[in-house]
Amino acid sequence: MENLKNLLEQGKQAVETAVDVKALDDVRVQYLGKKGELTQLLKGLGKLSAEERPAAGALINEAKDALQLALDTRKSELEAAALTAKLASETLDVTLPGRRDELGGLHPVTKTMQRIEAFFGSIGYTVAEGPEIEDDYHNFEALNIPAHHPARAMHDTFYFDAHTLLRTHTSPVQVRTMESKAPPIRIICPGRVYRCDYDQTHSPMFHQVEGLLIDKNISFADLKGTLEQFLREFFEEDVKVRFRPSYFPFTEPSIEVDIDRGDGKWLEVLGCGMVHPKVFEYSGIDPEEYTGFAFGMGVERLAMLRYGVNDLRLFFENDLRFLKQFS
Amino acid sequence: MKFSEQWLREWVNPSLDTQALSDQLSLAGLEVDDVIGVAGDFSGVVVAQIIDAQPHPNADKLQVCQVSDGADTWQIVCGAANARAGLKTALARVGACLPGDFKIKAAKLRQVESFGMLCAEDELGLSDDHAGIMELPEDAPLGLNLRDYLNLDDQIIDVDLTPNRGDCLSLVGMAREVGVLNQLPVKTLDIPAIPAQSDEVFPVELVSPEDCPRYVGRVLRGINPQATTPAWMASKLARSGIRCIDPVVDVTNYVLLELGQPMHAFDLNKLEGRILVRKAEQGETIRLLDGSDATLNDDTLVIADDKGALAIAGIMGGESSSVTETTTDIFLESAFFQPLSIVGRARNYGLHTDSSHRFERGVDWQQQVRAIERATQLLLDIVGGQPGPVIEAVSVEHLPLQPVVRLRHDRVDAMLAMAMPANVIEDILARLGMTLTSDVEREWSVSVPSYRFDITLEVDLIEEIARVYGYDNLPVRTPVAQLPLPPIPEAKVAVSRLREHLISRGYQEAITYSFIEIGLAKQFDPENEPLALANPISAEMAVMRTTLWPGLIKAVLYNQNRQQTRIRMFETGQRFISSDSGLEQQNVVAGVITGNRDAEGWTAGKDKVDFFDLKGDVESLLGLGGQGSEFAFVASKHPALHPGQTAAIELAGQVIGFIGALHPQLVHELDLSSSVFLFEIDLEAALSGRLSRYSALSKFPEMRRDLSLVVDQSVSFSAVKAVVAKTAGEFLKNIRLFDMYQGQGIEAGRKSLALGLTWQHPSRTLTDEEINNSVNAVVSALSQECGASLRD
Repeated sequence: MENLKNLLEQGKQAVETAVDVKALDDVRVQYLGKKGELTQLLKGLGKLSAEERPAAGALINEAKDALQLALDTRKSELEAAALTAKLASETLDVTLPGRRDELGGLHPVTKTMQRIEAFFGSIGYTVAEGPEIEDDYHNFEALNIPAHHPARAMHDTFYFDAHTLLRTHTSPVQVRTMESKAPPIRIICPGRVYRCDYDQTHSPMFHQVEGLLIDKNISFADLKGTLEQFLREFFEEDVKVRFRPSYFPFTEPSIEVDIDRGDGKWLEVLGCGMVHPKVFEYSGIDPEEYTGFAFGMGVERLAMLRYGVNDLRLFFENDLRFLKQFS
Repeated sequence: MKFSEQWLREWVNPSLDTQALSDQLSLAGLEVDDVIGVAGDFSGVVVAQIIDAQPHPNADKLQVCQVSDGADTWQIVCGAANARAGLKTALARVGACLPGDFKIKAAKLRQVESFGMLCAEDELGLSDDHAGIMELPEDAPLGLNLRDYLNLDDQIIDVDLTPNRGDCLSLVGMAREVGVLNQLPVKTLDIPAIPAQSDEVFPVELVSPEDCPRYVGRVLRGINPQATTPAWMASKLARSGIRCIDPVVDVTNYVLLELGQPMHAFDLNKLEGRILVRKAEQGETIRLLDGSDATLNDDTLVIADDKGALAIAGIMGGESSSVTETTTDIFLESAFFQPLSIVGRARNYGLHTDSSHRFERGVDWQQQVRAIERATQLLLDIVGGQPGPVIEAVSVEHLPLQPVVRLRHDRVDAMLAMAMPANVIEDILARLGMTLTSDVEREWSVSVPSYRFDITLEVDLIEEIARVYGYDNLPVRTPVAQLPLPPIPEAKVAVSRLREHLISRGYQEAITYSFIEIGLAKQFDPENEPLALANPISAEMAVMRTTLWPGLIKAVLYNQNRQQTRIRMFETGQRFISSDSGLEQQNVVAGVITGNRDAEGWTAGKDKVDFFDLKGDVESLLGLGGQGSEFAFVASKHPALHPGQTAAIELAGQVIGFIGALHPQLVHELDLSSSVFLFEIDLEAALSGRLSRYSALSKFPEMRRDLSLVVDQSVSFSAVKAVVAKTAGEFLKNIRLFDMYQGQGIEAGRKSLALGLTWQHPSRTLTDEEINNSVNAVVSALSQECGASLRD
């Protein structure tokens, strides 16, 4: 049995010195395998007397268990070390940029229009659209702007022929809606409009969003409330809003709305008014029964104020370095 | 309308400073565009006279002047060429302060002492004139502060009037508004009838009384052609932006500003027979006062005599009958022309005058006699002469009607959402010159004055009440409305979804002009004649686009020229196609890609984009509606695209768009730096979709077989796919192309396609035998119909 003790010591020594799982397995085979040295000892029990055998067998098994425990412990240690090493070797520079496609972005004009649409959409206005090449009737006459009306000089119009033109505002969409739909009407009309004028503050093409609300008992106060709230929410600021009398042939009273964003300067941001009874009559709506208001705003102007753009022409150059600022 | 603030205050003088007054006007709808001081900020400048001027001993261009301010004489060294003995001018004495905080001190100029400075207009901020020192009239009182003498503590108020407010194109009109706003009385002008000193009249005949229902004239003989316009009048005219010409013209201009009545003066001795107010003959010509010649249309009203046209009525006088420096006898005209008879005519001849501006908007049709009496009064004071009697040709039946408008108090309250007191309504309207009577409870009949052409309806009166009461003083509320649900068609894709989708695939939205250059239009779409603008702003914006591609390509070029090489852009908008059946304004979505497939990066490849990059994007776009497989890509031709890399996109057999590589010829001509790929699709079609529909899931396994085929290069994948779909049996679930190869190992002119076919039965497991039979059927059909062989 002196031999057994030595054998166990040698085995434990070998376990301790095994450098990897493979070497450890070799140790296991050497001592505990079918032909292993401890296994051989068990086989040698037959040479002992029946009295000696149980005690000797127990001792050998005890030694085997001790060595197995040492093996298992060492194996766990080696596996843990191997995993640690593997993980260490797999470490990434997580600050490297991800594999990706670059995102594009909406044009700031569209972004602004969608924002306006969202405000009015949330209180039940629906979007109405119409042709950009219009006839004189829908662009002017049905809006109470007869031929030779001085107000036509306010609209520098692009013509194709005497009766066909590029719409100067999105109001013809309002006319077309009033022609085809009975009140109550709540619409907004976003889109491109055209005026024959080109400099730093005028573009021959720009965008408008116009709105129209027709119902019973709609008053000037409703118009003021709607637009005041809109402007505050649009700019997300407590802007000062001022309503100034103006003139449009299709509204009476007519109003221009100015805002002051805290620097004491009034900036004109939109035009509006109560729908003119003649406009109602053109579209077959009884002005005694219904009243309504209409408003119109220049999208580029609002976008310029909102995003701090200082040159109108930037909107149509489509310079990616400009457009990407709004992604 | 530009006018002197002081002139306005002669009529009505509210206790408001200039800023408050201009704010008040703006908030009453008379928008003040600008307020400009008539002079710079200076002090210590007086009227003085040069008594003696001698050459400077040490400088050629300087003079040494002895200048008197009435009390003392000062030595001043002056460099102005017009400095001369006897001249009255502006003297800034030592201690004076000129604009820009420039203090005048005693100085030595080339060893000669100087005690002040003689001033040019620009040095006092009066004008840009630096031609010489100011030349003041001989009667200018010495020593008087120049600000007082020239009345320089004044502002020019420039009001941008809306076209409905022709009544404010005069001092009287402006004063009336200010009076209303401040509840102050306004000065009334005392204009006595000037008694005739002769019987002489010049006959007037209204040939076209519907255009000119009133024409008032007067002969004035023996005026002094040497007389000059008094300074007070000249300065008022100048502050309204009107140049002095001669006393007669200046007086007519003065009355125009004061009363809003345009007038004209003819040289009586150049008139023949009588005045005829008639329509022009078509093609009749006239040389105008500005020296230009006009060929008239027969819609234009003229003032003529027996010889021919003397003036375009209400717009501009003619040269032949104009007043000159030798004129001694004149015929004055004060007429009312109907706005509709004048409007647009001036513009037709490229003219715009103070007169046409007023007649187009409406001139008080009751003031013609008053205006001619006022002009006579001023002329007699300035140029003298013997007036004849006022003659008036009038067609009462053609005069405008004085509207009487019904005003309901309830309507006022409803429109303004408040209870407006009756006395407020009555006060506002009365001050505006309206006459109110009331026979019915809470109702008025309002008679509108002859100068308000803009008031015919009840709402016009409500506007006046609201405007004067103050828009900002009116109540605020939010509308109350019924809340019906709107339709939201589920099968339709929203445009915003489409945009978001393209953005997430790296596309930047562009907005390009709807009008383009004709050459570009022809290059991209020679088959559609673009609609041309009659009055384009430039050749680059002359015709309406028939496709969005030219605009997008221009944007690509713009960016390529700014070192942006990887470009992905899209646009939504209308294209305009005219055909025999009319004009089609079609909403489309179009896109363009060029440059590298991947954005530059450490994981990115360096490959350039190709047709299939764009096709993949388009397929995913068309898949948004859940019916991507309904869209077919068919090899096709398009003039702007590469003939071998063009597909028509079809839905239900209809072409709804095109995709392809920009034609290499165009790439070259346009100087693009690399291949460009484009698509354009009808927006309605792109947004179409279907409602999702559930079908039962099979519990049985899928079976897959891969086929490696070799076919001629000319055989399209879609043809192969169609044969497979037709012959693989009803349980075929999916056909997937997982490889395409041509090159080494494959015969020239042939290509290899690797297909993965998947079958699945809804209610049992398919047998190997069934699948093998299907595969055999597919292979034999492909062999027969597509010339396909299995790859070894």
